[in-house]
Amino acid sequence: MAARDDHGPGPPWGDEFQVVGRRLRKVDGMAKATGAALYTDDIALAGMLHAKTLRSPHAHARIRSIDTSRAEALAGVHAVITGAAMPVKYGVIPWTPDENALATDRVRFVGDEVAAVAAVDEEVAAAALALIEVDYEPLHAFLDPREALARGEPRIHQDNRHGNVSKHVELSFGDVEAAFERADVVVAGEYSFHGTTHTAIEPHCAVARCGPDGLLTVWSSTQITHYLQRALARVLGLAEARIRVVQPCLGGAFGGKSDPFSLEFCVAKLAMITGRPVKMLWTREEVFYAHRGRHPMQMSYRTGATRDGRLTGVDARILIDGGAYSSFGLVTTYYSGQLLTGPYDFPAYRFDSTRVFTNKPPCGPKRGHGSVQPRFAFEVQLDELAHELGLDPIEIRRKNFQGQHTRTVNGQRITSNGFLECLDEVERASGWKERRGRLARGRGLGVAGSMYISGTNYPVYPNDMPQAGVQLKVDRSGLVTAFTGGNDIGQGSSSVVAYIVAEELGLDPRDVRVVAADTDLCPVDLGAYSSRVTFMVGNATIDAARKLRALVVQAVAADWQVAPERVRLARGRALDLEDGERAIPIREAFQLAEARFDTLGSTGSYNTPALGGDYRGGSIGAAPAYSFTAHVVEVVVDEETGRITVETAWIAHDCGRALNPMLVAGQMEGSAYMGIAEALFEHHDVNRFGLHAGPSLLDYRIPTSLDTPELCALIVESVDPEGPYGAKEAGEGPLHPSIPAISNAVFDAVGVRLRHLPFTPARVLAALRGERERAAEPAAAGAAGEGRR
Amino acid sequence: MPPVRLLTLEINGDTHRLAAPAHWTLLEVLRYKLGLTGSKQGCDKGDCGACTVLADAEPTLSCLTLAALAEGRAITTIEGLAPLHKARGGQGADPVQEAFDRCGALQCGFCQPGMMLSARALLDRRPAPARGEIRAALAGNLCRCTGYTQIFQAVELAAREGGEG
Repeated sequence: MAARDDHGPGPPWGDEFQVVGRRLRKVDGMAKATGAALYTDDIALAGMLHAKTLRSPHAHARIRSIDTSRAEALAGVHAVITGAAMPVKYGVIPWTPDENALATDRVRFVGDEVAAVAAVDEEVAAAALALIEVDYEPLHAFLDPREALARGEPRIHQDNRHGNVSKHVELSFGDVEAAFERADVVVAGEYSFHGTTHTAIEPHCAVARCGPDGLLTVWSSTQITHYLQRALARVLGLAEARIRVVQPCLGGAFGGKSDPFSLEFCVAKLAMITGRPVKMLWTREEVFYAHRGRHPMQMSYRTGATRDGRLTGVDARILIDGGAYSSFGLVTTYYSGQLLTGPYDFPAYRFDSTRVFTNKPPCGPKRGHGSVQPRFAFEVQLDELAHELGLDPIEIRRKNFQGQHTRTVNGQRITSNGFLECLDEVERASGWKERRGRLARGRGLGVAGSMYISGTNYPVYPNDMPQAGVQLKVDRSGLVTAFTGGNDIGQGSSSVVAYIVAEELGLDPRDVRVVAADTDLCPVDLGAYSSRVTFMVGNATIDAARKLRALVVQAVAADWQVAPERVRLARGRALDLEDGERAIPIREAFQLAEARFDTLGSTGSYNTPALGGDYRGGSIGAAPAYSFTAHVVEVVVDEETGRITVETAWIAHDCGRALNPMLVAGQMEGSAYMGIAEALFEHHDVNRFGLHAGPSLLDYRIPTSLDTPELCALIVESVDPEGPYGAKEAGEGPLHPSIPAISNAVFDAVGVRLRHLPFTPARVLAALRGERERAAEPAAAGAAGEGRR
Repeated sequence: MPPVRLLTLEINGDTHRLAAPAHWTLLEVLRYKLGLTGSKQGCDKGDCGACTVLADAEPTLSCLTLAALAEGRAITTIEGLAPLHKARGGQGADPVQEAFDRCGALQCGFCQPGMMLSARALLDRRPAPARGEIRAALAGNLCRCTGYTQIFQAVELAAREGGEG
C-alpha cells in the first residue's frame, strides 16, 4: 500500500525546503482581514426562516406533555417541532448514543433542548417559544458527582445498567504495590479541577436547505463535518448520500464544536418540513449551556520515588463529573489515565477513573481533552516530590525522562521526543539557574512538563479506510486545487495543505487553492480533534502531491529526453538540473503531463499504523507520534489580596518540525494563554439549581489584552520519523503545563501549595493563612502536612 | 409588528437610505439589511467587541448602538477599512490588515474585524504606541485564539510600516 508508506521527514527535493519552515501568510488571511470571509451566520438564503430553541428550566424533570398549538397558531410561525419529530438517539461516540435532538421524555439539565420553532424572523420565533406549554414533573437533580456515584436512582439515563455511572476504567501496569514498597518516599494528595469552557467568539450556528431534488445541505460551525453527516443521516432517517455538510469559515472551536448539536438536527428537520431554508444562531447564553467543556475532576494521586528522585510508581483515582450526556466521555475517561505515561518513565502505574452523569451542562472535549486535569495534579505532585527530596524541579524531570523511540508503561509507542530540549530551553530563557531561589518573597518560578497525542489511531467508528484523504486537481493555468475533508477551525490546516502542495510541486503557495470540509466535494477526513489534522492531512497531502509530481516529472523528462532525476520542480518552474538554461513555467509542465497522461489529478491518504497496548482500551490514547512541552512561568503573589499575576510564561514545545513557525508559535501562545486563564480567571460554575453562575462573556472571565502575560514561544524540532516532514501537533499539548507551572511557581514564591483550581484570591489567602498557622504551631506541623503518608 | 423607521446612514463613505425596525441595532442593520457581514456578533451585549465599528473614528460597539443613533455619524466597518486607506492616498489594504495577516494574528479571524478597527483608531490617535498603550486600546476586544501576542506584534508592525507610508 504505497499510499501509506513512510516518505521520510526530509525535503522533497533532497537539499532544502522552499516553503516549509517559513513564516508565510495563511491562505485565508486577507479574506479574514477584510471581512470577506464568510462564516455560517453570514449566510443568507432567499426565503430563509429563523429558528429558536425552547430549553428546559429544570435540571432534571420528566416531561408529562407538551402543547405547541398556541405557538403554531401565531402569525409568522412556519413549524414547531418537539422530540417526537426526531426520536432516534445519537452521540458522537457510536457506542454511547444517549442524546436526542429535542427531549423526548426527560430533560437532564437546565438548558436541555425541548422544542424548536421556525418563523419569519427571530423575534416571532422567540414569541412562539413563550406560547409552548410544557408540563414538567421535576425529579431529584444530581449536582454533585459524589452523590451521583453513590446513588443510582433516580437514574439520569433510564437504560443505563450502571446507575449514574457513565464510564468506569481501571487499568494497571507493572507491580504497583511493589513500586510503593520499593519507594523511599511517597507523596500522596488530593487535587481538583473545576469546570471550564471553550468560549469560541463565534456562537454555534447552522443553516439548512432542502432542495427540490430532495438533497439536504447543512452549513454548520462544526469541526467534525464527516461525523455530523453520519449523525444527521441516522437521526433524520436519510441516506448519507442525500446529505451534504459544509463547514464555512469557523470562528473558533477548541473542541466545543466537535459534537453533533441539537441545532443542526433542528434546522435540517425544519427545512425538510417547511421547504424553506432555515437558520439557527445560538445566543451566547445558549452556547454556555451547550458547553461540552472541560470536565471537573476530583483526583487522588500517589507517587513513589527512590531517594535519588527516580519514580517507582504512580497510582491515581479520579472522579469525573460528566454532566448530563456522554459526548466523548468514554474517551475522556480513558484519556484521564492513558495520557499520563510520558514524558517520564515509571515502571508501575494504575488508574481508576469513573465518569458519572450529573444534571449539568454536558462536558466534552476541550483543548487537551481529558489529560489537562490529571497533568495538573501529577506535575504539582512531582514538584512536591522534588521539594521533599531536595531536588531541583527541572532536575527531577530530566532524571525521569523516558527517552525517545521507546514504549510507555501502558504500551504506547513513543517516536521522537524533544522533552529534554524543551526543559533546556525554558531553563535557559527564564534564567532559572541564576534566578530561582534568589527572588524576593512573593515572586517565584515554576516548571511543569507534559506530552500529548498527535492524532489518535482510534476513529470513532471502527473501519479500515484512511483517516485522512486529499485529492488534487490540476489546471492548465498552473493552478492546483486541493480538496480536503480537514476542518480549518482557525488553526490553519488549509494553509498547511497549500504549503505542502507548494513544497512538493515547486509552486508559490498562492497558486494552490484549498477547498475544505465539504462532504460533497472533499475526500473524508475525520475532523479537527485529537490534534490530528496537520499530522494526518499533512501526510495525505504529501502522498497525493508525490503521485502527481511523479507524473509531471516523467512528462517533462520525456519531452526533454532526459532522465527524470534531472528534472526538478521549483519556484513555479520545471528545471533541468544539468542544464541551467533549460526551464519551463510549471503550467507548461502541467500541460505536458496532461497531454501525456490524460486529465491530471491524484489522491493521497493517511492511516495510522497498528498501535496501542494489547488490552481493552489499549488503542485509546495510542498516537502515531506525541508532542512534548515544558513551561516555566514567573508569578507574583500579592499576599495582601491573594492575587496571582503571571508575568511571563516561557513555553517550549516539541512540534517535530514547524511547517510554519509563525502558526506554531500562535498555537503555543494561544494554548498557554488558555491554560493560564483556566487557572486564574475562568470557572464554568453551576449553582445548586443547575443554573450557570455567569453565562456571559462578562461574567465568564476570559482574559483581555491587559490580562495576558508575556508569552515566549520556544519551538523545539525533534523531527518525527512519521510526521509530514517530521511535524507533530502544536495546538493542544502546549496548554497542559501552564496550570501546574503556576501552582509550582506560587509555592516557590510564597511557600503554599495550591492543589485546587481555580487559584482564586480567596484560595490563596486561605492557603497563606493556613501556612502561617502551621508555622506558629511547630508541634502540629507534622500532623497538618496535607495528605502526606 | 414592531414599528419601522426610515434611516439615513453613512457607511464606508456611502449614504444609505433604508427602513428597519426601530429597535434594530447598527449591527443588525449592517449584517441583515446591508449584507456587511464583516462585523461579527459574538455576544450581542457589548462584552466581546467583535461588532466594533468606527463611528467618526471612535471604536463603537455596533451591537449596543441603536441604528437610529448612528445617523449623522461616519461609520467605518471592516469592509471600509481598505477603501478608507486608499482614499487617504494609500495602496492596497490598510497596514493594520496587512500586518495582522503577516504576523499570524488571524487565526479563526472572528474577533479580528473589531480588533483591527480598534487598532486603526489607536494608530490614528497614537502613530507609535507603546506595548502598554496597545494592550489598553484593545482591552475591549476579546480574542480566544492567539493569546494576543501576535496581535500586539501586528499593531507594532502596522505602526512601523504605516508610519513610513
